[in-house]
Formats: sequence, C-alpha cells, structure tokens
Amino acid sequence: MNRTVLDLWVGFFVALGLAAVLFLALKVGNLSSAHLSDTYVLQARFDNIGGLKVRGPVRSAGVLVGRIADIGFDPESYQAVVTMNIDGRYRFPRDTFASIYTAGLLGEQYIGLDVGGDDKMLQAGDMVRMTQSAVVLEKLLGQFLFNKAAEGQESK
Amino acid sequence: MPGPLELVRRLGSSVVDRVWRLGFATRFFFAILLHSGTALRRLSLTLREIYFSGVLSLLIIIVSGLFVGLVLGLQGYETLQRFGSTEALGVLVSLSLVRELGPVVAGLLFASRAGSSITAEIGLMKTTEQLKAMDMMAVNPIARVVAPRFWGGVISMPLLAAMFSAMGVFGGWLIGVVFIGVDDGAFWSQMQSSVDFRYDIMNGVIKSVVFGFAVSLIAVFEGYDSAPTAEGVSRAITRTVVTSAMTILALDFILTSFMFRGN
Repeated sequence: MNRTVLDLWVGFFVALGLAAVLFLALKVGNLSSAHLSDTYVLQARFDNIGGLKVRGPVRSAGVLVGRIADIGFDPESYQAVVTMNIDGRYRFPRDTFASIYTAGLLGEQYIGLDVGGDDKMLQAGDMVRMTQSAVVLEKLLGQFLFNKAAEGQESK
Repeated sequence: MPGPLELVRRLGSSVVDRVWRLGFATRFFFAILLHSGTALRRLSLTLREIYFSGVLSLLIIIVSGLFVGLVLGLQGYETLQRFGSTEALGVLVSLSLVRELGPVVAGLLFASRAGSSITAEIGLMKTTEQLKAMDMMAVNPIARVVAPRFWGGVISMPLLAAMFSAMGVFGGWLIGVVFIGVDDGAFWSQMQSSVDFRYDIMNGVIKSVVFGFAVSLIAVFEGYDSAPTAEGVSRAITRTVVTSAMTILALDFILTSFMFRGN
C-alpha cells in the first residue's frame, strides 16, 4: 500500500479515536460543566448522616456549589464529621445552616446550605455550626405510630 | 504407572507446563520492551501495524458499538419505564458503556479481529522460517516483527474502545430520544451530571489500555510460540482468542473491584 494513503488512514483513525474521547469527556461526562475550580474546605458535624456518600453534591438554593470530600467519625462526640469542598467563587455567612436532604423519594442524599444573614463569612477550614441530620424514615414512622397510639388512649 | 498415579502425574505436568509458559511469556514481554527502540524509531513499521489492527477494525467496532447502544436503549427504556424514570436512560446507557461494555466488548472484538490475525501472521512467518532467516541476516525478529505489532495493538485498542463507547451512546440516544421520545435535554443533562470524567471515563480508558497490553502480548506471544506446522498455527490462533477473552474478563473483574467500590 502507498505510504501516503496509509499515513492518511492512520491519521484519520487516531483523529477519530481522540474525537471519541473528547465526545465522552465533554458531552457524556462532566468535564465541561461541573468542575469545581479552586475549592475551599468547610466542615460540619451531624448526629446522623443517613445515606450520605463521599463525592455527593452540596447544594445551595438547589445549585451545585460543592462536593463532599470526606466523611469521618468523631469518637469523642460520637458525631459524623463531613468535609466539603466548596467552589471558591461562593462565600457563605457564618450562620449558614447545613441540612441533609433527599432528592426525590428514592433519590440521592445531599447537603443543602441554607444561608443566614450574618455579615461575617465562613473562612476556609471553618466548621458550620448549625446542622440538621438526615431524616430517618423508620424514626419518623415510629413517632407517627406512637402519636397515633397516644391519641387513641386520650379519646378513651 | 498405575491409573491414579498417572492422573496425578498428568495434572502435575500440565501445571508445570502452564507455569513455564507464563514465565516464558513474561520474559518475552520484557524482550519486547527491550527491543522497542526500533519500533519507535522507525515509526512507519508501527504505523503499518496500527493500520492493520486499528483502521481495519474500525468497521466492526463502529457497527457493534451502534448495535450494543441500540439494544441498551431498548432494554434500558423497557426497565426504567416500570419505575417511571425514563429520563435516566442516558445515565444507564453511558455508564454501562463507559465503565464496562466499551472496554470489554471492544477488547473481545479486538482480540478476535486483530489479535487472531497478528498470531496467524507471526505463526506463518515462523512456519515458513522467515523469522530464522531474519536472525541469519542479523535482523532481530523481535525488534523488526514482534514489537511493532505489539505497540500497534497497544495504541489502537484504547482508541477503538473510546469509539465503541461513543457509538454506543449515540445508539442509545437514537433509540431513546429519536424513536421513543425521551426528553432530549433530560437525557443529556442527567448523563452529564452523573458521569464523572475522572471516576468513570478515565477508569474506562485505563481498563482499555490494560486490555490493549494484554491482548497484544497474548497475540504476539502465541504467534511466536506456535508449533511451526499448519496445525500448530491454527491451534495458536484458537488459543489467542480463547486466552484473550478469559484474560480480559478476569482482568476486568480485578480492575472493577479496585476502581468501583461504591463507598
């Protein structure tokens, strides 16, 4: 086979392969949109994190502002310590409220940041003071049943 | 020797044989690495092999990728609509392709399309004593024949796997969005929000690179090690396809258990 034709085909092949990788990276993957540049770290303690996962989303007003970097356990307070990487473009006041929500009925769990009105902003490495744990369905059902039973006792 | 003892002896001899071949294959791999200088310096040799193992596999890879994507689209839609979450079709199609099916099926196709022909070529060269003739002329056959084919396979395989995955996603989109009518925006945006570049796509690429090394090594080794007869070459080709397939699937399990643990 002619050398130039062969080179042309190989070049065509390699270009097509790289185009496929690029397509996967930009169109299928999230390289284009959701990369968080220069993040800073915030921490929060929760009594119960439910099914929260590392790499899970951190949202404020429903918008992705960070990702969960690490989940640890504090053996002294018996609480979960969640470390979050927050996008460097966003700052949050010191009285920000961190809660664990569930997206949809069966969806993934994420941390929602509800913003307060403080003038001072959280700095890198700070601890979010006010947190609300995940809602555990069994506990909720248990409380509901307990209340129902109590109502039944009163009406007698 | 009495019956039972003979059986044990046969078992032992087959194990020893296999271990010996494994060691020989490892030494062969290092010999290829050692003599790769020529393959990289005389790039036209390697380019020729990329043409034979890569460009000529394009058609089978693209067509199979498209069909796998079409089937995933249909099956995924059928299952997801039971749970009322057909928008997740893009996630299902892309994750299964990028993580598993792309590298594995492209690897299996590559082994049967390109690996077998590499084995046949080298085996036939050995049978017709071309390799010996090269040695006589002070041309190292590993540097001149084996290394370019090996590197051609190693370079082609990840590119083919990426094309397979891309075509599969396109096939899933074709079925899901164009024919069935899943929402176009939800299809792509859900896909983008749950497919991570480093975690999903790069791990898939790493898999395909590992499979490329494995299949190429098996193909050139079986060819080089074949018995120099017509029957020997045909057996070597069979062994290439069978061993490659088993190696790919076993390696895939090992790699997956390291990469995707789900913490």
